[in-house]
Amino acid sequence: MTGSLPKRVLSYLGLALVAVYCLAPFYWMTVSAFRRPQDQFDNSIVPARWSWENFHAVFSGDNGFGRALLNSLVVAGCTTVLTLFIGTFTAYALARLDFRFKNAVLGLIIATTMFPGISQLVPLLKLFTDIKWINTYQAMILPSLGFALPLSVWLLTAFFRQLPYELEQAAMVDGCTRGQAFRKVIVPLAAPGVFTTAILTFIAAWNEFLIALSMVNKKEMQTATVAISKFTGVSGFDQPFGTQMAAGVIVTVPLIAVVLVFQRRIVAGLTAGGVK
Amino acid sequence: MTTTYDGTPPAADTAAAGRPPRPRKRDVQGTKRLAALLLSPTLLVLALVIGYPVLAGFRESLYARGEGLDADGFVVQGERFVGLDNYTAIFHGDRGDAFWNAFGNTTFFTVTTVVLETLIGVSMALIMQRAFRGRALVRASILVPWAIPTAISGLLWRWIFQADGAANAVLRHQILWTADGFQAKLAVVIAEVWKTSPFIGLLVLAGLQMIPRDVYEAARVDGAGPLQQFWRITLPLVKPALLVAVLFRMLDVLRMFDLPAVLIGVNQKSVETLTMIAWFEASNLRYGSAAAYATILFLYIALIAYLFVKLLGADIIGEARQQTKRHHTKRHRRNRPVKGKRKKVTA
Repeated sequence: MTGSLPKRVLSYLGLALVAVYCLAPFYWMTVSAFRRPQDQFDNSIVPARWSWENFHAVFSGDNGFGRALLNSLVVAGCTTVLTLFIGTFTAYALARLDFRFKNAVLGLIIATTMFPGISQLVPLLKLFTDIKWINTYQAMILPSLGFALPLSVWLLTAFFRQLPYELEQAAMVDGCTRGQAFRKVIVPLAAPGVFTTAILTFIAAWNEFLIALSMVNKKEMQTATVAISKFTGVSGFDQPFGTQMAAGVIVTVPLIAVVLVFQRRIVAGLTAGGVK
Repeated sequence: MTTTYDGTPPAADTAAAGRPPRPRKRDVQGTKRLAALLLSPTLLVLALVIGYPVLAGFRESLYARGEGLDADGFVVQGERFVGLDNYTAIFHGDRGDAFWNAFGNTTFFTVTTVVLETLIGVSMALIMQRAFRGRALVRASILVPWAIPTAISGLLWRWIFQADGAANAVLRHQILWTADGFQAKLAVVIAEVWKTSPFIGLLVLAGLQMIPRDVYEAARVDGAGPLQQFWRITLPLVKPALLVAVLFRMLDVLRMFDLPAVLIGVNQKSVETLTMIAWFEASNLRYGSAAAYATILFLYIALIAYLFVKLLGADIIGEARQQTKRHHTKRHRRNRPVKGKRKKVTA
């Protein structure tokens, strides 16, 4: 940890630059959310008068934002739970069992993550219209599995592989069946990995836009990301930026809090998976 | 890619094929059956939500909606088979211009954002690696753009790029960023690069941290300067991680929708991407031509992925592949030994 003074200064300067690059736009969103509507277009770095008015506006009127948050929670939550449930088994097979076509299956799963959402959407949109699924949760959850499942299988496989195989072998020598060894040894040990996967999948599903925008045309069923982009101002013409920024803060701050608390895990997950 | 997949769990036919039993005491047949059992739910779901749409989408792209005359001159309602008409229509006349415009935009966004993201991401990683203190703090801040939903970041940048917004105040110029035109493209590129280059930085940083320090020490002893060290050591060793990151970024930009749609708006010539044009068709219930656009985009993405993997040798299933044969005897864990080694060196 030696370094000459100019080197040190330069290093801190670089770090500061990176931090400013990443945080400045987010800071601007937060600050704009706390401005009073009458000085919304004020470009001072710190608002002259702080106010919660924009936040009140988010939940008032006909925005239906509370419902939108609930919808997002249901869709992202169900997607996460379903993918974890299905994905854990597959990931276990990919990490632990020897069988032919394993590389093919891995390749297939990774190929699906590259898949453009729109080619999935058009036929499903038509299908869901025919079976009257438009404006339902399942119409958003099912297509979301298309990107969430490969992501979670990929991450879980990476995490399972990091666990020592000897533990499982020992359990099986002691008389556990493979299933028991999985349930009683692997699952508890892999809990942190499963948890990380859950966070990453939830974030991916929470941030989804295209499916939610297309499968729903009723306001009560919109997810939060879609609802915010469709907020209308009092006059209906000017975009209500202050309200939108406040809503953006509400939607992102919980995510950012979770991300910061579990920073280490998330970085490990992102680099292990290398996906999104 | 996914189109060939028919829903049969792959391990099932291995069991039937009767490979010679391997010299291990565990029950191989049981393993195969278990593998088939464990894989089938995922493969079934993927076949349903991805395999089926690809095939149905292709079929759809050969049909058109609305009234028409059949061979005997009768009026037929509903869908009728039109062959490749949807495709030829895309490439002709005004629609042809719109298509090539969207195709050009998609390609432009892909090239510019990926190049910029890679440059900025790698610089970020290098800065963070050199850091003496405060790395954790910066790594936390790097996750912020990544965690913000793309649609929200679109709104955020729309606010910044307002006519009397922050961007113009900083630049002291009056630029109508969100109006249709080249500056709108620029706005999209800036917003996209902001959101995703930290992600590349993170992946590259992880790659950098796996390079043992003694390699650099040896290079220094041999008289390599910092630049040479970067080109001859850092870059080649980080390349595998970087290639995968770049591939994923490319494929993600190729299907871009949220950001331009929210930041500038749909049906704006300057930022319309292939996904947006397909979406617009679908939202106007022209499923046939929407499916044709989507199919073209799908093929374009598949082609790029194929070329990228073939030409640059990006190994996307990487580590997972190696262990098919030997994970029982020699488990290959890349991180641990290197980390341990580095600790020893620095201590």
